[in-house]
Parts: sequence; C-alpha cells; structure tokens
Amino acid sequence: MENKKQPLFSPANMKLLSKPLGRDNPITVQVLGVCSALAVTVQLQPAFVMAVSVIAVLAVSNLLVSLLRTTIPPRIRMIVQLMIVAFLVIIVDQILLAFAFEISRQLSIFVGLIITNCIVMGRLEAFAMTNKPWQSFLDGIGNATGYGVILLIVAFFRELLGSGTLWGFQVIPNAFYEAGYVNNGLFILPPMALILVGVMIWIHRLKNNELIEKN
Amino acid sequence: MFSNRYIFIYATVLVVVIAAVLSMTAQFLQPFQQRNIRIAKIQDILTSAGIDSKRTNAEELFDRYIVEQRLINRHGDIVDDGRNPFDVELRDELRRLQDLERGRGTEEPVFPLFISEVNGERKYIVPVIGRGLWGPLWGYVALLGDFNTIAGVVFDHAGETPGLGSQIAESWFHKQFVGKRIFDDNDNFVSVRLMRGGANNPHGVDALSGGTITGDGLSETIQTSLENYVPYFRNQRRQQQQNIK
Repeated sequence: MENKKQPLFSPANMKLLSKPLGRDNPITVQVLGVCSALAVTVQLQPAFVMAVSVIAVLAVSNLLVSLLRTTIPPRIRMIVQLMIVAFLVIIVDQILLAFAFEISRQLSIFVGLIITNCIVMGRLEAFAMTNKPWQSFLDGIGNATGYGVILLIVAFFRELLGSGTLWGFQVIPNAFYEAGYVNNGLFILPPMALILVGVMIWIHRLKNNELIEKN
Repeated sequence: MFSNRYIFIYATVLVVVIAAVLSMTAQFLQPFQQRNIRIAKIQDILTSAGIDSKRTNAEELFDRYIVEQRLINRHGDIVDDGRNPFDVELRDELRRLQDLERGRGTEEPVFPLFISEVNGERKYIVPVIGRGLWGPLWGYVALLGDFNTIAGVVFDHAGETPGLGSQIAESWFHKQFVGKRIFDDNDNFVSVRLMRGGANNPHGVDALSGGTITGDGLSETIQTSLENYVPYFRNQRRQQQQNIK
C-alpha cells in the first residue's frame, strides 16, 4: 500500500470517487443504507440535507479513522470507529438544530440514525482502516455521494408524483388538478420508495451486465 | 501488540477529547438553537389557536393575536409572581406539584395560560407535556370560550417511532380533536382520550394502530396537564353561568 507517491487527483484516486456513483453504488449494488433512503425521500429538500449530512459524516470519519488507523488497537477498533461516527453525527445534528431547524425536525431521528447507516461503518471497516487518509477521504465522499444521488432521484419522483411539488414549489399546474389529476398518495408512503429503489436496481443491472448474478 | 494499558489509555484519551469538543460545539451553538426553539414554541401556540405562521412572522403574529398571558395556580386563581408566563417551564412546575403532593416541597406550582383573540373570538391555550414510548411529548390545547370544547391542538415528540407513534405530530391527527369536549354532561372532567372507535365519542379520538403506547402516553399527557387548569375552568364557567342568569 505505502508505495510511491501519487498525485492527489491521479486516475486511481478519481476512481475512488466515481466507482460508487456507478458500478459500486452503495444502495443499488451493495444494498446498504436502504432504511434511511426510504424514510427521508418524501421531499427533495430533506433528502438533500440528509445527503449532505451523510457526505460530511462519512468523508470526515473516513479521514479521521484513516489518520488514526495505525494507533487504533484492533480489539476495540469497532468501538473507536463508532465513537468517531457518533461524535460527527452529534455535531451535524446540533448544527442542523441551530441553522436548519425545520428540516432538522422533519428528519427527526434519521440524522441520529446516520450512526447506524451501514454505509458508514462499512466504509470505515473495509477502506479507511487499511488506506491512506486522502484516499479514504475521497472514498468517503464518493460513497456518500453515491448514496445521496439515489436519495435525490427517489425524492424527485416521490415529491413530483406524490405532492405535485419540487423543492416545495408547485410544478404541476392547477389546470391539471381542475381537469381531474390527483396526486398519487402511494408515493408519500415508504413502500413506494422501496419500489422505486427496486426499479433503479433493475435499470442499473440492465446497463451493467456484469452485475447480474449467475445462478 | 497493544497492551491492555495502552488500550485503556487510548480509550480514555479518545473519550475525553471527543467530550471536550462536543461540549464546546454545544456551547457555541446554544444561542442559535434556543432562538429556534423559542420560535417553534410561538408557532405551536399560534397553530393550536388556528393561526398560520411562518418562521419569519411568528413573533409579530404572536404579539398581535396573543392578547393575554396568565399564570394560574392549583386553586384556579390568577397569580402574578413577576415571571413572564411564556418563560415558565411547565416541566419544572409539574415537578413542584409532584413534590408538594408527596409532602416534600413547599413551593406552589403555577401554570401558564395563553389567550388569543382573532376577530373578537377568544381561545384559551394551555401547554401539555408528558411521556410517550421513547421520550417526551409536548403540545398545546386551545379551548373555546366555554372552557370545554377543543378549538385546536398541536402535539410534537422527540423520537416516537416513525410512521407509527410519530403520527401524533401530523396535522390530520390534530384535526380529529377539534370539537371534542373535556367535560361530560354532568360537568365532570373527563379529558379526551385516544381509543378504539374514538371518532364517534365526544371525549375521544381514534387511536393509532401500531402506536398504542405513544397514544396512551398522549392521553395521559393531555389528562394530567389539563387537570391542573380544571379549577380555573370551573371558576370561569360558573361566572359565565351567573352572567347569563
């Protein structure tokens, strides 16, 4: 691992950023972090805040754990990782309470639950414990963005079809409603998010044949 | 390769450092958070009285429509101990009441009451607090001028189960309380409870499937909080009846 120095944005490093957006997507390929993906995607705005929060937590915790990786005793490594993640999540939660109060109320316990988001612990164990800080940081941003992008796509369809709005603004004209159009209430409920994620996994695999399991 | 000694020291140092940084962050952010909490409280009070507000105009609307704020004691008298009713924490007052009932304290609790007036119609807004399944519940109940019929409610919670107990914070749930009565036909205080088939009961609303414990907690919250105002409500109702005669 500790071989010759690479430039900061070498192709290998950029792959750390781009792979989770496509072939290694944490939600559609690894099927991690689905719980919060179902819960916070009713509207775009909270989904966006959630995505940014996860990016911040994952990037910084990856960085911190990677910096400390040689000092962390293996016997208590999970506890140490959890401490660091919890620490960052509390900070994010407090910042939201101070500067984005309404959204913090909407996200309710799901900010706190970033601690248990499998993507976070997964990346710490699988990547940050054995890689250098900069790479870990990029890996964190890449994976959290991969998570966030799915969140936003799901939220886009759920808000548009479920509430007729995007980012809180009405986009379906009143004339439609007068002509008999109704918002689809199913899109507001969590099962629809699961169906949407399923559809995305399907499309993703149609385009990437190597992801299809042989059986 | 790592000794026990190292592990203990490592864990201790990590915990202390994290705790220090967290408390500094909390200290720094507190003023911002408290302002948010204050505005949220104002908005909750306004919403329970049926007044729509935004974060930006909440304080202005509060000054315009909340025409009176009072403190009530257990015997139904209005008291003035120099405090602003808005700043009186119901939680502390309920603790005082509990101490008193157990014969430990001597301090008389007081309970805040907010009165709104829109187009000449007065509503009487009382705060409620209690416990749900996972944590605290709180809210406001607005009564019409008969001190019996509910004009509107707002409830919120810290961490009830999403999709189940958390529904107590939804506006469709709040709407069910409108028009319910807290006194029965014989003038006994019965509060309003969440119950099966509650929609058809003048003193009940439909309970939440999957949120039974949160619902029971909410029923309890409403009952124990409103109870303290009953002597005051009775006084007011008696006065009204005398005025009619």
